[in-house]
Amino acid sequence: MAKPTGFLSGFKPALYFLVIALLLVFAWEGYKLLGAPGGKYLRGTAPVKVGDERVPGPLCDSLGWCEVELPIRTDDRAMPPIKDIVLTIFEPPRRGSNDMLLTILFKASLFTLQEALAGFVIGGLLGFALGVIFAHSNLLERGLLPYVVASQTVPLLAIAPMVVIWLGGNWFSVAVIAAYLTFFPVTINTLRGLRSPEPTAVELMNSYAASTWEVLWKLRVPAALPFIFVALKVSATASVVGAIIGELPSGIADGLGRVILNFNQYYATGPEKLWASILFASLTGMAFFLIIAVLEKLLVRRQPVDLV
Amino acid sequence: MEHPVILINNLNKIFGEGTANAVHALKDISLTVQSNEFISLIGPSGCGKSTLLRIIGDLTQPTAGDITVNNKTAHQARLDRDYGMVFQAATLYDWRTVAKNVQLPLELMKYPRAEREARTEKMLKLVELGDFAKHYPWQLSGGMQQRVAIARALSFEPSILLMDEPFGALDEMTRERLNLEVLSIWDKTKTTVVFVTHSITEAVFLSTRVVVMSARPGQIAEDIAINLPQPRNADTREQVRFFELETEVREALRKSESQKL
Repeated sequence: MAKPTGFLSGFKPALYFLVIALLLVFAWEGYKLLGAPGGKYLRGTAPVKVGDERVPGPLCDSLGWCEVELPIRTDDRAMPPIKDIVLTIFEPPRRGSNDMLLTILFKASLFTLQEALAGFVIGGLLGFALGVIFAHSNLLERGLLPYVVASQTVPLLAIAPMVVIWLGGNWFSVAVIAAYLTFFPVTINTLRGLRSPEPTAVELMNSYAASTWEVLWKLRVPAALPFIFVALKVSATASVVGAIIGELPSGIADGLGRVILNFNQYYATGPEKLWASILFASLTGMAFFLIIAVLEKLLVRRQPVDLV
Repeated sequence: MEHPVILINNLNKIFGEGTANAVHALKDISLTVQSNEFISLIGPSGCGKSTLLRIIGDLTQPTAGDITVNNKTAHQARLDRDYGMVFQAATLYDWRTVAKNVQLPLELMKYPRAEREARTEKMLKLVELGDFAKHYPWQLSGGMQQRVAIARALSFEPSILLMDEPFGALDEMTRERLNLEVLSIWDKTKTTVVFVTHSITEAVFLSTRVVVMSARPGQIAEDIAINLPQPRNADTREQVRFFELETEVREALRKSESQKL
């Protein structure tokens, strides 16, 4: 019995994910059922039209619950039905357009993922390099780390147009903007991870007269890998957000940024299209996250407990 | 006559020298260790025995005094890879298999791959862990981990083995078994061993000489030759002479304590 269980256990997370997704769908639709027609009030508490007259709802008479407002409206504009969101994916977004929304969103997601990946690589390498430098020089750490922290307090929304002005409205600018979000967690966690070995682990290296370079590659970096992967997983999703935001000032039309912006503007006439693009944006981030998680499984050989 | 392996003359170590919290960790230590000796440093906590070991291994520097190892400075001896170190914690690298851990010093010393593997196999057999080469450290018991650490320390045949309470964290049974194993390894490899311990029994059983230290400041109180026959085995512990020597070491420790009061 042990083997089949082990085999199935690989699918367990996916199964849990699907169950939760299903529960979310039920919660969404269930909440919509709570709303009276019009979506503003709790069902049964809203006034009802009888002929020309407005009479209080049944719960108002019996329990005294009159015109109870819901925190979020339940009408199809605020919360389009899941069915509509799913169906719209398989329809052309505009009359006269040949492609299904699915095709458009898939292409846009892939495009954005490429920008995010480039930004992730740039940011990851920069973050790692800064972490290595800081781990070896207290002077540089004390001098530069405050600026690294300060860089993250400037809103991306302010930085993105600057980058576009400097580098032009192109694909590379978007990658740089994504990298801006990516490098910070990698720097902090690399620094922490490089300093994680016990003093005796370093002394052992010293007793073999190992060079600083050897201590870095044979001890500090392997010890830092679990820490670095925590950061890379954060960065993977952050880089997708960075790429989407970066596409806006860059005027790039092929990615998710423009798609989201468009459907935002036409929200009133087709709210389900924006929701569909949100779905694809998060799927893109999750796909990236999963790639990093698989890499971690392959690269980090460690005791099978949660380390961090 | 052959020059001594370790020659220490009037060595002093003061932590935080010149500050209000200065601690005189080692005072006027002089010690000579000949080739193939097995020296134990024993004493109460804070007597500086680990500090002395770390000074010999060039992991920390003395405040004053001379130390010569294999006719050169301790620093040069470290650069020449004369030391194999074993700490109280096994200090194995989690991401390396047992075999790869043993190979670590060999990699750093640029041994060719084939020789690395041959030596690793030989060392793991020596510590009776031949079947565990592909295991990871966390799959091993504490005693097995410490044996890997010993295999690693010996893999490049250092002339001096420095052991800092290597079995301090292990249970009595495991400790006694590993003591026998260390003796048989010492017998086969003919290295010079400096061994720090809290245990009187362990010190007497293993050593050719027990150096008793006293605390605050750390000084050598007595230097007791252990003239028990070699090779030693489980029966050694039951000899009358063994008990006499144990008592002698215990008395020396007690005397050094009472002098401080």
